[in-house]
Amino acid sequence: MEKSIAGKKGDKVRSDCYIEITSKRLGGIKLDIKSKVEVMYGESIKTTILEMCDFFELKHAEILVEDYGALPSTLMARFELAVKRLNPKIEKEFLPTFNKKNKYKTSKDKLRRSRLYLPGNEPKFYPNAGLHKPDGIILDLEDSVAPTEKDAAQLIVRNALRSIDFYGSERMVRINQLPLGLNDLKFIIPHNVHVILIPKVETAEQILQVEAKVNELILANKLKNEVFFMPIIESALGVINAYSIATASKYNCALAIGLEDYTADIGTQRTNEGKESFYARASLINAAKAAGIQAIDTVFSDVNDMEGLRDSVIEAKGLGFEGKGCIHPRQIQVVHEAFAPTQIEIEKAQKIVAAFEEAKAKGIGVVSIGSKMIDAPVVKRAVNTLKISKLISEQK
Amino acid sequence: MKLVKNAAGRMVPTEVNGEIVIPYKGVNKHKPTGNKIGAPIKSCADYQLDGNKVVKNLREALKKAGLKNGMTISTHHHLRNGDVLTNILFDTIKSMGVKNIRWYPSASFPVHEHLIQYLNDGTIHHIEGSMNGPLGRYTTEGKMKGVGVLRSHGGRYQSIQDGEVHVDIAVIAAPTADPFGNATGDRGKSACGLLGFALADSEYADNVIVVTDNLIPFPCSPWQIQGNNVDYVVELESLGDPSKIVSGTTEVTKSPDRLLIAEYVAQFLEISGILKDGFSFQAGAGGTNLAFALFLKEKMIEKNIKARFIRGGSTKYLVQMLEEGLTDYILDGQTFDLEGVRSMRENDGHLNTSPFTSYNFHGKGNFASQIDAVVLGATEVDLNFNANVVTHSDGYLLHGIGGWQNCMFGKTVILAIPSFRDRIPVIVDEVTTLVAPGELVDVIVTERGIAINPKRKDLINAVKGSNLPIKTIKEIYNEVNEICGGKPAKPKVNKDEVVAIIKWVDGTVIDSVFKVEK
Repeated sequence: MEKSIAGKKGDKVRSDCYIEITSKRLGGIKLDIKSKVEVMYGESIKTTILEMCDFFELKHAEILVEDYGALPSTLMARFELAVKRLNPKIEKEFLPTFNKKNKYKTSKDKLRRSRLYLPGNEPKFYPNAGLHKPDGIILDLEDSVAPTEKDAAQLIVRNALRSIDFYGSERMVRINQLPLGLNDLKFIIPHNVHVILIPKVETAEQILQVEAKVNELILANKLKNEVFFMPIIESALGVINAYSIATASKYNCALAIGLEDYTADIGTQRTNEGKESFYARASLINAAKAAGIQAIDTVFSDVNDMEGLRDSVIEAKGLGFEGKGCIHPRQIQVVHEAFAPTQIEIEKAQKIVAAFEEAKAKGIGVVSIGSKMIDAPVVKRAVNTLKISKLISEQK
Repeated sequence: MKLVKNAAGRMVPTEVNGEIVIPYKGVNKHKPTGNKIGAPIKSCADYQLDGNKVVKNLREALKKAGLKNGMTISTHHHLRNGDVLTNILFDTIKSMGVKNIRWYPSASFPVHEHLIQYLNDGTIHHIEGSMNGPLGRYTTEGKMKGVGVLRSHGGRYQSIQDGEVHVDIAVIAAPTADPFGNATGDRGKSACGLLGFALADSEYADNVIVVTDNLIPFPCSPWQIQGNNVDYVVELESLGDPSKIVSGTTEVTKSPDRLLIAEYVAQFLEISGILKDGFSFQAGAGGTNLAFALFLKEKMIEKNIKARFIRGGSTKYLVQMLEEGLTDYILDGQTFDLEGVRSMRENDGHLNTSPFTSYNFHGKGNFASQIDAVVLGATEVDLNFNANVVTHSDGYLLHGIGGWQNCMFGKTVILAIPSFRDRIPVIVDEVTTLVAPGELVDVIVTERGIAINPKRKDLINAVKGSNLPIKTIKEIYNEVNEICGGKPAKPKVNKDEVVAIIKWVDGTVIDSVFKVEK
């Protein structure tokens, strides 16, 4: 007799379930379902489990389901995990229907002001995350998942990518640190992931490893969608190699910095003032811009300090960052407001661009407003400001 | 039990617990004639001239009040889940060997699970009030001897005044009282704020017993309950658990989804033009409601807008608005935290109301219909905007009606609700129990969008072109079903066995709760 367990149980568990499978030699499937939504979805749960038993050719077993209102994709992920923990040789996957609303694409230079981290093994946060309108949603397989539950999170995240509507947010996944992270890719690449966050990157070689694996999966699955990378630099070595990392792959769309690990690596503490990380942040921004990709700042971890967050974003924007990590949905709006070009910036940019267009039309080589000469980079920045403000207004 | 179809299309009995009841006829359709009832005439000569009505204990008071089998005993829920008195009261009734009591509370709480033993042994015949938590489960499984009757706070006042319910003995928990029976809830170790729910009982019951754990010399000032209506005063060590009577501090929800709902409500009031100088609103003490009031407050400060009054369960957040001059008055119906209690004592702008002034449907008007915007919760809302607040989708009674039905007469009624909870859809095709007809529900605000009742063309036009996520209720319904994995199945109930009826504000029966088949 063998037994496996998956999922969560207890009074505080919500939108999740606990599964126990005891394999038997004889006797068929014995199903014991205890569900908080028994009346509404008891039959549906039973049908799903029996269909999955069929799919995985599980013929004789005692199955216990303690359900706390798990959505179908969660129930499926938990049951598949229990089956695979019982028999690790099983390779085939029980995939929930791909939600047609999840087919949307992304682009390399999409706005990435906010990215909301969601723990990879906590599906209860998923269905409503997109309602808070972050530019990106990160399903995290790395630090927020206990080492013993990495297999659980892979299935939860895979099923979420297929079935949960993130309402237009860019679909991101943070894989584990290499080499473990390479094994995460097959759970996400076939399911329209937009951006892969690669943590603790120190060398260009690591990006190439991910690229090779991704290319392999794209070919094997005949995928047509574009996938982008956002390497996260979290160490002194990573900072030194930032430019070679940023230029390592055509898939790179941004470089991000992770300051908790970086400050530990250089032997200091994070402060609000951030002097200790100034070099790293400035280097990263410089490397990203040199490579023609976005520079993205770390997370702001005090979820109750909205003014602190606002100041931090304004500072980041001043340095040249284009995005910030969020760990709570309430941070998103503040981040967006702080990154938005101000009315004064927009008006100034409009004047500059108008003067440029006028000079171009007249065939004059020199652009000026009043007596002030305008250099080409100033025009470029003005164009960029207007581009961002246009993207923001389109989103609204 | 013979059932008929009422004007809302729901099957309801015409006789309950041996008394005739009237099926719901529609909004504002039932207008009874005749006179209200009166309390028995009593004479000063039968009471101590020195005003001392103290008797040695509750047993003595009940004996003097002539307690006997089949009587109606009323209690009130201002001690909320900290109420120990009601449990002691029924321990005493049981020890006196009295049976078949109709218990008539203004609401019940989980603490009253203690009374299930008395429902089992026949001390209590049935409950008319609310059947929350464990009592709801007990009732829905068909274990109560009689049929439960659920009324709104206003409906409770109406039922007493119209003579539907004759209260034999009212037992009023008083955090402070004097020997004459003057009583208040705004001070004392068990301070709970307002005693408004006990007002009708004090005026109309045959016998009124005031029980206090803070007996002070005459006069108890202010008096929320008049001693002239009181027969006996009993002193008790403790009425209950102060930490559960009022919260030390009520807290705003931290749930980002609830906050989003609250933010949408505030935005809706702003964009629709309801938010304007001199307006009024109702806010409860639920986490979403508190958050809504805070979002609204920001807008009021920003736009320099002041409310004339805020009605509702008072909390520190409303008190702050009063003290910061953002409203002229709080019309307090129930006091939820210690700051509310303090403000009630100290601030002339903090007014005590009662179910009579705020809600009673058979009076010459009430406050509820004068409120510009009312924000409420619900357990279910259906495609016709019909709403439920007493049962969940599994068919079980879980909540009372409170002032919810009465507030439906506010000028704009907004239900601020999640579209689903875990895997339980809140937006459904048809409500399990009809508690408010859809014609009175104006707006549904969920985290997935805002649905406006097609009847409210004015509101639809007012928010047209804004960036509010306006959807039809059907769109939200479809979205929720897709997330939850299809339409939820309905509970299996025995359609021949009514375990409780739901009264509308005018005393008619709007729906039945049926026994759930296990």
